[in-house]
Amino acid sequence: MQFPVIKAVSYALTHTPGLVRYGSKPERELRKDPKLDQQITEHLRSFEQACAYHPNQVFIGSLPPESLWDIPRPWWQSSVNGSARFGPFGEIMPEDEFYGLLRFADEFDLVSLEEKFQESIRARLNEHPLINETDLARLGAGVALDTIKAKVANEAALPLYHEGRIVGCIASGHEEDPFLTASILLENLACKATGVLALRWLFEQSRHDGIAASAIDYVINSGEEAVGDRYQRGAGNLAKAMAELSGCENSTGSDVKAFCCGPIHSVVIAAALVQAGIFQSVVVVGGGALGKLGMKFRGHLSKSQPILEDVLAAFAILVGPHDGRNPAIRLDAIGKHDVRFGGSAQAIAEALIAAPLEKLGLGIPDIDKYSVELHNPEVTEPAGSGNIPQFNYRTIASLAVLRGEWSRTMIKDFEKQHGLPGFSPTQGHVPSAVPYLGHARDSMLRGELKTAMFIGKGSLFLGKMTNLSDGMSFILEAPDK
Amino acid sequence: MNLVGKKVIVLGERDGVQGTALSECVRAAGGDVVLNINQCFV
Repeated sequence: MQFPVIKAVSYALTHTPGLVRYGSKPERELRKDPKLDQQITEHLRSFEQACAYHPNQVFIGSLPPESLWDIPRPWWQSSVNGSARFGPFGEIMPEDEFYGLLRFADEFDLVSLEEKFQESIRARLNEHPLINETDLARLGAGVALDTIKAKVANEAALPLYHEGRIVGCIASGHEEDPFLTASILLENLACKATGVLALRWLFEQSRHDGIAASAIDYVINSGEEAVGDRYQRGAGNLAKAMAELSGCENSTGSDVKAFCCGPIHSVVIAAALVQAGIFQSVVVVGGGALGKLGMKFRGHLSKSQPILEDVLAAFAILVGPHDGRNPAIRLDAIGKHDVRFGGSAQAIAEALIAAPLEKLGLGIPDIDKYSVELHNPEVTEPAGSGNIPQFNYRTIASLAVLRGEWSRTMIKDFEKQHGLPGFSPTQGHVPSAVPYLGHARDSMLRGELKTAMFIGKGSLFLGKMTNLSDGMSFILEAPDK
Repeated sequence: MNLVGKKVIVLGERDGVQGTALSECVRAAGGDVVLNINQCFV
């Protein structure tokens, strides 16, 4: 049987140290102790530092994930020689340009940028390979700094900072609506803007295969933002808003919500739509999570390391019909965490990993690579949250031991033989297995990888509607040569 | 540890041991789960 394929994958980071203060944790802590502002500011990275950071270069495809095994920790103390902002999968965009992107993505005149700042951004974005004249025209005119300060002082607007000074603001969307405050609109607009950036990089890749944005039938947004107003908080369809600014004129879309597990659900649904013949080309996209910026900053400050959660991350995945050239999604072996399985680590691993492999008559070591929650351990460990990918690999290895497929004495070896180092920013849904998809596709196209399993998990219990978590997995298979 | 008759607060973690699994163990050991909270550290 032939299955849908992954035709292109893109990734984008935007370096936004000025927005760290608006991450959920820093925002709450700053409210309690405004003096923290100076400490946070002193521990923010420059764009050059963020760009030269090994995990970020892995994220945009300039280095393979496995290269991190050989780089001594802490990674933030070294830098990639000759690191560039553009990589095979996308880019790392600096903050000033990101503010321009925010203004570009704004349909309601919410974002105001200071006149001179806006003109400098216009000049820089004019050099960007994916921004055209029509895009630049959307920036409109800048605003006087006094006007921005007045909006912040009198109209509940939120100031936007760059290099320690106010360069703009984002307005509230409604005087009485708690779901259209400036901070919520910033969160949603940042997600939209970064998603659009990832989509544009996706189409930059796919046009080489003759697939233009206008050929896309359907866009699925898999992010965790909640777009809506007082009558329908989280009503969504940011997918269509992203599609509008990405040239997907012949598509509509919808949002798939499943906490961090959304991207894996979305890829499976996208593949199913293609396999059923309903659509030919379906894109899965996920934008950046503003709330996660600076989430572990307390741990980073306590270890005197830079605040590494200073980037918004986004990805886009193009799913199309079987073509014999690209890696295929095995729709006959999807793993899912059913309600009845409960919450034990073993039951979850059996549902997501063992069950789909049994359908194919495979054992756990038969899969070349497992992509799990790929959170960068350098972000999580200083805050006491451990090495998330490593923990997941030990669980998979333990299951393999229970099944008689792996030696108990080799549990630690499983990580390097069948796993990956964590390299993704802790951006909610983004680290959930999909950061390896582009690398896996490339490795398969080069004939260096045959199979990879992608396993996503979601913490549904955080929403207080169930005590359950969720999970889903799929297997990617290299094309026959 | 003897949990019989003890009131227990369970703190679980998604990528570690989840609260629902811990609670089942506590109940099987005769404990009384008075609060079950799951955390996600990412």
